[in-house]
Order: sequence, then structure tokens, then C-alpha cells
Amino acid sequence: MPVGVLALQGDFDAHARALERAGASAVPVRTASELEGVEALVIPGGESTTMLNLLHRDGLFERLLARATEGLPLLGTCAGVVLLARRVEPPQESLGLLDLRVQRNAYGRQVASAVVPLRLAPALGEPPSAEGVFIRAPRIVEVGPEMEVLAWRDEDPVLVRSGRVLAATYHPELTDDLRVHRLFLRMSEQNGG
Amino acid sequence: MRFDDPQFRVKVGLAEMLKGGVIMDVTTAEQARIAEAAGAAAVMALERVPADIRSEGGVARMAAVEKIREIQETVSIPVMAKCRIGHVAEARILEALEVDFIDESEVLTPADEENHVNKHPFKVPFVCGCRNLGEALRRIGEGAAMIRTKGEAGSGNIVEAVRHLRTVGREIRTLTILDEHELMAEAKRLQAPYELVCWVAEHGRLPVPNFAAGGVATPADAALCMMLGAESVFVGSGIFKSSDPEVRARAIVGAVTHWQDPARLAELSRGLGDPMSGLDIGKLTPEEMLSRRGW
Repeated sequence: MPVGVLALQGDFDAHARALERAGASAVPVRTASELEGVEALVIPGGESTTMLNLLHRDGLFERLLARATEGLPLLGTCAGVVLLARRVEPPQESLGLLDLRVQRNAYGRQVASAVVPLRLAPALGEPPSAEGVFIRAPRIVEVGPEMEVLAWRDEDPVLVRSGRVLAATYHPELTDDLRVHRLFLRMSEQNGG
Repeated sequence: MRFDDPQFRVKVGLAEMLKGGVIMDVTTAEQARIAEAAGAAAVMALERVPADIRSEGGVARMAAVEKIREIQETVSIPVMAKCRIGHVAEARILEALEVDFIDESEVLTPADEENHVNKHPFKVPFVCGCRNLGEALRRIGEGAAMIRTKGEAGSGNIVEAVRHLRTVGREIRTLTILDEHELMAEAKRLQAPYELVCWVAEHGRLPVPNFAAGGVATPADAALCMMLGAESVFVGSGIFKSSDPEVRARAIVGAVTHWQDPARLAELSRGLGDPMSGLDIGKLTPEEMLSRRGW
């Protein structure tokens, strides 16, 4: 089962490498027809404004929304969380698939980017900690009641799940720790039918 | 080389996030707004675009602080700015302004004709230009987190960027087929740090993202850079010196994403108005070649 990586802009290659190391085959998705050929999709880090611009050019935004509503498993990191969240600050269009309120670039400009330790929920397995690579990262400031939080940076939720959608404000794809990608592949298998 | 140093990882991490994107030169907040709306992944704040630096002459310096601030307040995408080669003080000022990336650039008038900035102690990542692999690895040795070809800025002519991409690509491929006992001699020939030469020989790529710059004027130019192995494209004068910057910016963004799709490139190349007028590189004197700056 190929896993698509939205390859409009951003660190899509890093996600493809992580998926392949986790045992999946990854294919780039740049068009609506390429989207039809995948059974799960990763929305990578990058610039959310750039991705939105490109998503709107050939109806990819509407197709992605339709497939997500039909249950396409999704993993978003960093800019991917901004695209998945229901509410974005400052206001910006999004797919609105996760009951989250997210502030863009909330930790500051690039000088504030850092590798910081995370605390993980038992669902991720041992050890209960991981490296969080945060790059001009968004911050989740409100989590809906249906959302499950799977990792924290201090008290901030940084990895959340709801149904078939998994979202991280940091970049597991830039580390050797494949647990987030493995969890996403398990979620995809359970729901792929 | 401290590739697993956390600070270096987040510097290279931002370069990773800019892949598949277009970084546009802008000289006003209004241009920055147009660039962001067209889909730019970042903007480069500067006083004059390279074509004007070339035609007006004089010393080209870091952009005015007010201008950088105004652009930072206008857009949400990363804001880059240029410092002169070897101008440690301009670099520190840009870091204090919290620009997201510093371009130690040959487009500005060099401040030091022997040395580049030691980029390791900075919290802000640097991008530097190169014409060949040795130059790329010297800059990475100094701490650059992203490399771009120099091309010939402000020329509207892609020939130098192609030359530099071809050269870097060929020199990387050559390293991968050399015997391990030949690598020190090759490092000597390239004038590059031995450890970085060994890293490239083993991995077959640069240890940091490799972007293209210098002379991109059309969607086809941008796509050509991607075909030659660039992971992203800087566009300087090519957008705001054309007849319809908004439309051209949007088309170049599309071309960098869809560079493998010729039908899409044909569509993106329609209705763009006039490109910037270009220069014949063969008619430039060595002193007029910006790409010869840097050591």
C-alpha cells in the first residue's frame, strides 16, 4: 500500500525517507490524480501559505478535503498541523479536520528554533521521551475534547490524534526515531479496509 | 564537522523546510506582500535588486534596518537578508534583527577579500554561493547551512547557474567513484576540507540543501535548475524587473513544484508578459562578473 507524501513544497523527501525506513513505500503527490492512487497521506513541514497557494491551483484542496472526509489517514507535521487545524491564528484558511486552535510561528522566528526534549504518552512505547525538532513551529493553544494528546513540550501538546489523523508541531522526520511514522502506518492499516 | 550539533541541525532544518520553494528578492513591503501571495516560500530583503546594483554601481551594502523590519512585519514566511562577504558586524546586526537566514552574498560589495564569516557561532543559519564543489565545501566548513549556486546575479541569463550546477554535480559524482586512497589528493585539488570530501564521497550529495540562484528569469529557467539537481530556486531581479511581477512570480512557483511535468510547464509559461531583458555573459569583463567574488 503506497503512502503519499504531499510534495508541493517543504521537507517531503525527509518524510519519504522516514516512511521507507519504517517499511512503507512512499510516493510523491503533486496533483489530484496522484492523490487518487494513495491510501494514506503525509502533509510535510514547509510554508503553509505556499502549500495553500499550490493546493488551490487545480482543485487539489477540494479533492484532499473530500478524501479526508471519506477517511483517508493523514499525518501532518509543522505546517501540516496548520493546514489540518480548525482554527488558525492569525486567521488563515485550513482543511479544518482537527479540533485544534493553532498559532503560527508562536515560539518565535528562526533564532528560537531548537531541539528540545519531549514527554511521550504510553501509546508511543519506550522510552517515554523523544527529541523534538522545532523549526519556526506552530503552537497548539486549544485542544478539542475528542482529541488524544500523545506528546508534550513542557505543558504544550505537540503530538495529537483524532480518528485517522495524526499531527505533530515538531519534525519527527528529521530524527532517527521512527515511532511517529510507525504509529501512522499502523493507524493506516487499521483503517485502510 | 558538527553535523549532530543541535544548533546546526535546526539551521539545516529550516533549509529543509524551504525545499521545493522559491525565495524571491524584494525591496519593499509591497513587493514582499506580492511575493507571499504568489506562493514564495521566503523573501530576501534588500536595498536594490542585483540588476540595479549592476547598472547603478557604487558600494552595495546590507539593507536598511527599517526596510528589513517593515518586511518582517508584512509577511509570515521566513525573511532573509544579505550581508557583505566577511562583514561580521553586518551579520551580527542581521542576527540581532532576527532575520531567519543570512545570505553572505557576492551580490553585495565584499568587505573582506580573503575571509568569509565564521558562521558556526551564529544562531541564525547562513546560505552562501558557490561555483564549484570546493567552494561549497569551504563554506560548509565555515558553517553554512545551505548552499546555492552563484550563477550571475542580475543578468537574466541562466548560463552561469547551469555551469555551476553542472560543475558541482559532476564533482560530487566523481568523488563517489574514487578509491578511498584517492580522497586526500582530491581534497587538495578541490581545496576543500578532507572530512567533508569523505562525507560527500560516501553519501553522493552535499551535507546541506543545494539551491540554485543567479539568472533565473522564466518558469523554464527555474525548471532547468531543478532538473540539474537544485532543490529550490532563488529569483532576484527576474520577478520585479519583468513586466508583470505578480503573474511571473506565481508561474515560477508552479514551475519549481511541477518541474517534471512538461505540459504543466507549457501552461505556466503562457501569458507572462515580457521577461527582464538579459545580458550576454560573454560581453561582461571579469570585474563585472559578480560570481568571481568570494574565495
